[in-house]
Amino acid sequence: MTALLSVAALTAGYRPDLPIINGISLTISAGELVTIIGPNGAGKSTLIKAIAGLLPITDGTVTLGHQSLVGLSPHLMSGFGMAYVPQSDNIFATLTVDENLRLGALPLPRSQARAQISAAYDRFPDLVRFRKAKAGNLSGGQRQMLAVARALLTGPQLIMLDEPSAGLAPKMVEEVFGHLVTLVRGGVAVLMVEQNAKAAMRISDRTYVLAEGRNRLDGPSDRLLEDPEVARIYLGQAGGKH
Amino acid sequence: MLGLAVYLVFFLIVVTIYAIMVMGLNLQWGFTGLFNAGVVGFYAIGAYGTAILIGPDRAALIGGFEMPFVVGLLGGAIAAGAAGLVVGLATLRLREEYLAIATFGIGITIQLVALNFDALTGGANGLIGLPRPYFDRFAVSNAYNLAYLVGVILIAGVIYFALERAVQSPWGRILRAIREDVTAARSLGKNPTLIRLQAFVLGSAIMGLAGGLYVGFIGFVSPIDFLPILTFQIWAMLIVGGSGNNRGAILGVLVVWGIWTASGYFIGQIVPPGYQSQAGSIQAILIGLVIVMTLLLRPRGLIGEEESVSSHARKQAQQAYKKKPAP
Amino acid sequence: MLQALADGLLTGAIYALGAIGLTLTMGILRFANFAHAEMMTWGAYMALGVLTVFGLPTAPLGPLTFGWPLLLATVVACALTVALALLIDWLVFRRMRDRVGHLTLVFASFGIALLIRNVVHLIFGGRATYYTTELQIAVRVLPDLRIMPDQVFTLSLAVVLVIAVHQFLQRTPLGLSMRAVSENPSLAVINGVSLARVVRWTWIVGGALAAVAGVLYGVTVQLRPELGFHLLLPLFAAVILGGVGNVVGAVVGGVLIGLIESFSVLVIPPGYKLAIPFLVLLVVLYLKPTGLFGGTSGGR
Repeated sequence: MTALLSVAALTAGYRPDLPIINGISLTISAGELVTIIGPNGAGKSTLIKAIAGLLPITDGTVTLGHQSLVGLSPHLMSGFGMAYVPQSDNIFATLTVDENLRLGALPLPRSQARAQISAAYDRFPDLVRFRKAKAGNLSGGQRQMLAVARALLTGPQLIMLDEPSAGLAPKMVEEVFGHLVTLVRGGVAVLMVEQNAKAAMRISDRTYVLAEGRNRLDGPSDRLLEDPEVARIYLGQAGGKH
Repeated sequence: MLGLAVYLVFFLIVVTIYAIMVMGLNLQWGFTGLFNAGVVGFYAIGAYGTAILIGPDRAALIGGFEMPFVVGLLGGAIAAGAAGLVVGLATLRLREEYLAIATFGIGITIQLVALNFDALTGGANGLIGLPRPYFDRFAVSNAYNLAYLVGVILIAGVIYFALERAVQSPWGRILRAIREDVTAARSLGKNPTLIRLQAFVLGSAIMGLAGGLYVGFIGFVSPIDFLPILTFQIWAMLIVGGSGNNRGAILGVLVVWGIWTASGYFIGQIVPPGYQSQAGSIQAILIGLVIVMTLLLRPRGLIGEEESVSSHARKQAQQAYKKKPAP
Repeated sequence: MLQALADGLLTGAIYALGAIGLTLTMGILRFANFAHAEMMTWGAYMALGVLTVFGLPTAPLGPLTFGWPLLLATVVACALTVALALLIDWLVFRRMRDRVGHLTLVFASFGIALLIRNVVHLIFGGRATYYTTELQIAVRVLPDLRIMPDQVFTLSLAVVLVIAVHQFLQRTPLGLSMRAVSENPSLAVINGVSLARVVRWTWIVGGALAAVAGVLYGVTVQLRPELGFHLLLPLFAAVILGGVGNVVGAVVGGVLIGLIESFSVLVIPPGYKLAIPFLVLLVVLYLKPTGLFGGTSGGR
């Protein structure tokens, strides 16, 4: 399986002289669900943000298909088939649900946009009655749905999510993860950072474990679930819930 | 030759008074990172405050308490500090530019009050006949001016050393820590807002003191002395000298004020009589260019003296522009 | 009383037009632009310049003091003001945006305002001037109320423009992008919005509105180089009163400030009128810094 996204020896951070991630590599292919886990401060969010073009990359490569993403302006990413759902502030609270979706569909031609938005409401029927409501009035779970719905509008090949389960009740987490699994079955590549390691590993194909800005372990998720080394990496530093 | 020497004494007195103002501004900007866009207002409050306290009692005026000069001087400085307190309390917890807007407002409002509140400030005519401190001890007015110059330099020196000590002290270290990382400082249990307020009020009081010294020398005060352009001049002095550094600031005063007076003289010679006010705008354009060009070419010179401060600015830039402003 | 109401509405309308542009730049570009009011000065004087340079006939339209030439000149002035705004952004702000804290941008705008104001002074002189020497008779509409046709025009145009801007922001894709950037630039970028494009259009809309507001001020009051400088405080007060980034707020804020100013003259000496916006500003900052409607990026 050729990789859809290829990240090699990536070094990046908020300041060029203070990298947070150091030489990280990963790959993900179409129809794969890959999880990134690790203790706090491991650089998981930084990695995703760097791939999305939101942080300066000082070394390494990022390739999506045949396209190198290093140095590209982040607003071009959706044009290359990449979508990104940040961990917090991932919807526009002052805009309505409808407007949030319309914004996400902006890169598309008008008729296609309308069709995609319609499909989004089919996929997430709970959002329908909140169409005209300000997104800030939605509950945490509904916001997450909206964020994911928005990301899917342009029909991306790769969707990256930063802690999609954060702050959600277990039932909502199940629902969100259920949507992700459906996506993957449809051929989309899903890359997600998760603090909720066990739940994430159970639904994903492969897992990368990061610590202190570097790769530590990776492999099929079911194998890593059994691996005591994973727990050690987590418990070696403060935090890390399962 | 004597005429030149007399002029030089005048020139140096003004330079020293402005240097005091610049040191006050430096405390606010260079050490605390606060943008005071209404410097002239605080200077004016100090000047008028002093004038009202020391002035002769006149029927038409509310003021004129005939206080000793020292009392007037301190009173003016305290009044300026109080204005700083009012503005600081309103804005220091908010977006940084709100302080700029509020101080800008003070600058404009004080000028309005000076022009209109005749009973207090003498209105457009100002307050005249103010007693110059210790004037009667001197036979010759030139000797008096020289003595005044010495006095002002001494006061400036005291302020300079006091500020240097303050910056090295624990209080000053906390100030520096806050400027570099507000969140970290807060986590150490220090209240950043309170300390920044203290620095702002102190800086404002110093500016007011400068105003009082000006009034003591000139012997009268009127709104014409407090035009908005003064704010820009003082800022240019601070920028040219390199902020965060009091020595550089004083050098900046000499350079900018020297260029200002020289250019004023030359432009006045060249420009035909009917266009004198437009000559003033040429000087203002020069000041504006100095400010903008320095910012473009040397932004670090404006932000501060050390690496750590400019990196804070960079991080601040990314935080401020890419995400929502940090609280 | 009624007269104060009418005058307040007129002043408020001009404040509102200027404040819309300012709230957009403060919300989207995220810095307090001290040069915004100078764009009003620039626009007003550019219109004057066009009229003077082309020696256009000043035959007035109906009861108004001006005719088609001024309207034409205003369109040109809008273009020239937009050009100035974009030029300044390109020369100064764009180079600094990613490098320095936004306080330095405020500072730069402070210096740029000084430059614009004095360039205008240099070219056009410091005396107050007018677009036309036509005198206008105020029409007595009610026993206590005198209105000039120019004022009616100003108010109507302001209303039309405000509605137009609102529709633009609510219904067009570009307007949606601008509102998104105003709330969260990083998220907007993730959504595929081009920040550069939004910034460009913010200057265009803000600059054009400022130019129109400047011309209207020149028509109903007078032209002088300090025009913008004296409007700066009311504009900031209007923006903060309404909530930074909130266009409806800016309009309401502008009208309110105009009305408060106008009614204040009934109780305090007119010389202090310019201090009123400052007092309103202080009150808002002490009581509710996020403004009446809450801004998009808030007071923090």
